[in-house]
Amino acid sequence: MKFDDEPVPGYSLPILPGHVSPGRLERVLRAGKFAVTSEIDPPDSADPAEVLKRAAIFDGYVDAINATDGSGAHCHMSSVGVCSLLTRVGYATILQMSCRDRNRIAMQGEILGAAAMGACNLLCLTGDGVQAGDHPQAKPVFDLDSMSLLEIARGMRDESRFQSGRRIELPPRIFLGAAENPFVPPQAWRPHRVAKKVAAGAQFIQMQYCFDVPQLRDFMSGLGDLGLLEGPERVFVLPGIGPLASARSARWIRDHVPGVHIPDAVIARLEGARDQKEEGKRLCMELLHQIREIPGVSGAHIMAYRQEHSVAEIIEATGVLEGRVPWYPGRDDPSERNPESPEASPEAEPLQG
Amino acid sequence: MYAVRRWVVRHARGFERLYQAFEPLLVKLHPVWRRIGYDRAEAPVAAVEKGVKGVLFDCRMCGQCVLSSTGMSCPMNCPKNLRNGPCGGVRQDGGCEVVPEMRCVWIDAWEGSRRMRYGDRIQVVQEPVDHRLQGSSSWLRVVRERAEEARQSSQGGAET
Repeated sequence: MKFDDEPVPGYSLPILPGHVSPGRLERVLRAGKFAVTSEIDPPDSADPAEVLKRAAIFDGYVDAINATDGSGAHCHMSSVGVCSLLTRVGYATILQMSCRDRNRIAMQGEILGAAAMGACNLLCLTGDGVQAGDHPQAKPVFDLDSMSLLEIARGMRDESRFQSGRRIELPPRIFLGAAENPFVPPQAWRPHRVAKKVAAGAQFIQMQYCFDVPQLRDFMSGLGDLGLLEGPERVFVLPGIGPLASARSARWIRDHVPGVHIPDAVIARLEGARDQKEEGKRLCMELLHQIREIPGVSGAHIMAYRQEHSVAEIIEATGVLEGRVPWYPGRDDPSERNPESPEASPEAEPLQG
Repeated sequence: MYAVRRWVVRHARGFERLYQAFEPLLVKLHPVWRRIGYDRAEAPVAAVEKGVKGVLFDCRMCGQCVLSSTGMSCPMNCPKNLRNGPCGGVRQDGGCEVVPEMRCVWIDAWEGSRRMRYGDRIQVVQEPVDHRLQGSSSWLRVVRERAEEARQSSQGGAET
């Protein structure tokens, strides 16, 4: 899909009527295309080239890249840092912001800073508890919850004011997202909780890993019953999927990553396979096919931690993009290439970090 | 106490009725509070409130009680202090992500709310906590607000 108002990379697209953000993700979703997002594993490093290298892996396959914010309560490069580096060369990013580490003063400031750096999408998260990470002795902040963060971000955008009421001169033009995990209790409430998030400002939903399609189907029909999947105020839902590397790693994820539900049948299937890694990929492709057929699903969020290279293969094999090539630096003009992309010529000017 | 607070959630409807009777009573006492002075009444009322609600709900005295909107399960007992619903880390057995041996406060809240007459208030988006109110009496604040609303509406009525 090629926009005819394509800007110089690093500059924003015009905001279309009925849109809130100058971003590609909102455009793709509102155009009714099946959107694909993935996430970058932020480096434990201050090297900007490392971020660009990790982003280049997804070139041509994803509509936006999530920059995680201390995922699993581990320390990494900040999501604002990652987004800023990526937007400079034109990538569409989804800034993840968790309530665990900052109070409302820091978070509102960061929303303005990130929007100024070209981040167009904000995913408001509660965040994993500090007990899950490498600094369990840290103070959990949780000044806000994801719901109030959404509401505050919407107020900043739509009413040009901070939570305090103080005016913002130029509001952040951000498409607002939230997370949902329909696979953990209380399942009966989960669709209603999405309704509450939509009431607080959520426009898209990204989900935790899905390995249980019937449960996802129930959840989606719950959203449909609540009228959340139609009309101009509809919410776009992107279930999460990802390849499991082996039965052992699946078990580890189930026991150690908060909120990931992997049914025993999935683990048994991996265990019985000759090549567990291949089987994990195959399972992921099957899930993507099935998820895509569920009414109301707008795309998929692919999390391939330490298997980022398999994202292209999964998307290619399943054909979910239907021949569409999402924009990446250099797609239309080779001089705009990501300097860390394998396609880039070695004499290309390095990005000043 | 954990066992008491779980029992309260199982009887959320009864506690909803109880509070519905209790609040107007407190509001009726507005002249008394005014006479004593709200500031002087604050410490003893807060102490009583802390005692009663501490036993029943494991109340943390956030000073902005939302129990009527959370199925009588106090959200401040959530280790992430979530005021608007559960996080995505709830365990398959209903255990809390951070404190596995504790049942998720929000599973209780959802179940409690289903027993209550006005349980759908759980869908109302709650404002973030005002940390200045920590330790203060939620009861007196509500009474003061209700009395003020009543005064304004009666004044408004007199003008028309």
